[in-house]
Amino acid sequence: MLRCFVFCLLVMLAALPLSAQESAQTLTVIAHDSFGYSEDVMAAFTEETGIVVEVLHLGDTGTMVNQSVLSREAPLGDVMFGVDNTFLGRALAADLFVPYESPLLEVVPEAFHTDPEHRVTPIDYGDVCLNYDVAYFEQHDLPLPEDLAALADPAYEGLLVVENPATSSPGLAFLLATIGVFGEEGDYTYLDYWQDLVNNDVLVVDDWSTAYYGEFSGSGGSDGTRPLVVSYASSPPAEVYFAEEELDAAPTGVIAADNTCFRQIEYAGILQGTDNLDAAQQFIDFLLSVPFQEDMPLNMFVFPVNAEAELPEVFLEYAEIPDEVIEMDVADIDANRETWIQAWTETVLR
Amino acid sequence: MDRNGAAVAGRFRGWRYGLLLVPLLFLLLFFFYPLASILIVSLAPEGRLDLSSFAELVSSSYYLNTLWFTIWQATLSTLLTLALALPASYVVARYQFPGKSLLLSLATLPFVLPTVVVAAAFMALVGPRGLLNEWLMMAFDLDTPPIQLVRTLPLILIVHVFYNYSLALRMISSFWATQSIRMEEAARVLGAHGWRLWWHIRLPMLRPAILAAAILVFSFTFTSFGVILILGGLQFATLEVEIYRQAISLFNLPMAAALSLVQIGAMFLMLVLYTRLQRQTVVDLQSARTVARPPQTTRQRLLVAVNLIIMIVLLFAPLLALVARAFSSPDGLTTRYFELLSSNPRGSVLFVPPLEAVGNSLRFALATTVLSVVLGVIAAYLLSGRRSLLTAWLDPLFMLPLATSAVTLGFGYIIAPLFVSTGLRVSPLLIPIAHTLVAMPFVVRSVLPALRGIPRSLREAARVLGASPGQVWRLIDVPLISRSLIVGATFAFTVSMGEFGASLFIARPDTPTMPVVIFRLLGQPGASNYGQALAMSVLLMVVCAVSFIVIERTRTLGTSEF
Repeated sequence: MLRCFVFCLLVMLAALPLSAQESAQTLTVIAHDSFGYSEDVMAAFTEETGIVVEVLHLGDTGTMVNQSVLSREAPLGDVMFGVDNTFLGRALAADLFVPYESPLLEVVPEAFHTDPEHRVTPIDYGDVCLNYDVAYFEQHDLPLPEDLAALADPAYEGLLVVENPATSSPGLAFLLATIGVFGEEGDYTYLDYWQDLVNNDVLVVDDWSTAYYGEFSGSGGSDGTRPLVVSYASSPPAEVYFAEEELDAAPTGVIAADNTCFRQIEYAGILQGTDNLDAAQQFIDFLLSVPFQEDMPLNMFVFPVNAEAELPEVFLEYAEIPDEVIEMDVADIDANRETWIQAWTETVLR
Repeated sequence: MDRNGAAVAGRFRGWRYGLLLVPLLFLLLFFFYPLASILIVSLAPEGRLDLSSFAELVSSSYYLNTLWFTIWQATLSTLLTLALALPASYVVARYQFPGKSLLLSLATLPFVLPTVVVAAAFMALVGPRGLLNEWLMMAFDLDTPPIQLVRTLPLILIVHVFYNYSLALRMISSFWATQSIRMEEAARVLGAHGWRLWWHIRLPMLRPAILAAAILVFSFTFTSFGVILILGGLQFATLEVEIYRQAISLFNLPMAAALSLVQIGAMFLMLVLYTRLQRQTVVDLQSARTVARPPQTTRQRLLVAVNLIIMIVLLFAPLLALVARAFSSPDGLTTRYFELLSSNPRGSVLFVPPLEAVGNSLRFALATTVLSVVLGVIAAYLLSGRRSLLTAWLDPLFMLPLATSAVTLGFGYIIAPLFVSTGLRVSPLLIPIAHTLVAMPFVVRSVLPALRGIPRSLREAARVLGASPGQVWRLIDVPLISRSLIVGATFAFTVSMGEFGASLFIARPDTPTMPVVIFRLLGQPGASNYGQALAMSVLLMVVCAVSFIVIERTRTLGTSEF
């Protein structure tokens, strides 16, 4: 029996692919788990440049950034994709990246040029906004909340579900939005606002999936009961695109009023210590190029930063891009994250 | 024995000790070494030890409350699981009824499901808009849902029992089946009935298996993460949750390390206590077969029926709710979600053909099962030897990976120098290795009681009659532990299929498994994504059910071989 096991073990190990073979033309890209693209787009890049891209998934954005900071001396790859403005400060403070100014940045609006030293390059953005259940608001003849302050109104008591900023990226974005609107000082701070939300029976859950599928009533797939949720401006097009059958209208809507949404920008950067600088730069250019930028929306449900990229039809029809979004300095976010989350936790959870 | 024979035996003994070292080396290399690496980096970043985070920890009522809640809910979950599983084990060990073996295999299914999916199953069943509430509201004309379980401690406990019931049931009943019924018969003749029979005979006899099951259930619920977060809501936090928060969100490594050490330390104390209790086992076990018979009297039939009903309501109702949900759309029955699983209109790389995900999962699970069975049996053999101070300390060590935060260990793999220089940290090999760390304790805990139960006289007799140590192992040990070994192997397989623990924090090249696909689908909005996630969960259950039956078959093959 033991012999059989040893034999089986050897067979099993032989069947597993061994670690990636290093070759000059292989570029390792580390990314969060949601990094996706269409195969033909990447194949065209490989054909044109001879560079084979290997993707290493490192969990969620926070895990990816922390693991990269920890392994700074021996980086896990050549390029990092997907660090966002809520984690960028941490990555920049750890000096993870080699600067590179892509010529394609010309077609990227100024608002996205976060780092003047070009250590990272903006690739996509998504707005974290309130989503609502269209049917619920129609049935109850309830007006939509017009700003964040309105959510504390008794009319919306028990209707909102949000994510925990300590464990969820849209949750943190929403907390930052409230800090941006109500501030930390004065008669009515963001903590007073959260206290009012708690009094108005806000529900806090741990992650986006639980909020959206478990508690929110608007999604086609959900069993939830709350008609307001913190999600993305691109969620309604996703609802239509991934509906069970073709829909004429999205079952959910975005509240895109001024100063209710927080803009998350995702960046890519070349990691210090890479031996493939040239290939890495070509890859950054590829990420900004129109074919990749136009491929992103339906793969990752984010918006392209390249002004020349056209949005797919379902986005044009069902997504909304808010005019006035809340933005915040990345260094401020990094410096205050712990204090804010701690204060939020004390106010809301205990 | 002639001199030549003695020399052979001597060489064999040396070889044997060498073999026994293998699981220890495995543990040292893949557990203690990366763990030490990350703890050193966290607690002594500049080369100087800084323990101020410990001071902060013990002076904060929040962390102490978290520790208290973690221990308390795990204890409660363990007691509840045992209370339900013990009578069921009796029924399974003593009575024969149609479909028993299939039922036992299927009862293991909850163990493999990702928490998000189990949460969805329970919401579909007892949630405010769930089946049960809708029926009750219709039947009694109520305005509000009568069952309000969501975000309460009872629901956390129910789900913990749902997950762990089969673990306790299978460990205890497989052990029971190898115990002689003679002592119990003697006690009956002497007038012991009812509770006295349980208290004086059965419980002491089953003590090794009960304790082993208890410590596993405790470890699992002690490090509970998803169940608490998703079903409990945020007023409940365990140490595991707090470690994730500190390590990922706040990147406060010293505090994460301090909490990890407290978690490991608390678990170690529990394990030492367990080992002590285990050693007090006084009954000299008599291995034999307890023959299961069909229930005869009305009372016996009633006993079997009641336990089966509990099992079905507890385990299968949520699973069936899940299956029903995967096959239903607003317009009625549908197989659409299953069809969608294999369509990829955008040619996206995030799309994984279902067969590929099944293949990846099975490959990792097979490698994990083989690795953990080989290492686990050797470890159990090592621990079953003469009880010494050494084995008393070694025993808890094999359990520690179960009590270690996945985030912490994942970070350890990324920075441990040996893993960096060999490239192992980005190799797919690391996934079955990490799974094995969590799976091995299941093999050890199932096999050890059976191995200890083999009377020494049996082995001595065989040796006197001229059997070599190898023959003793093949002809005596293997047949007697095969039942427990199957249970251990089944859970090792299941642990890997369900993607428990550290592997979620390991850098992985694109080898998506079934749980990974489920997480991906649940990460995007849209009814069909949700439906497909449920469909993939059903597929996961089917693949596991088939695998359980195959594993069960290998037992008969394995024993008939000798």
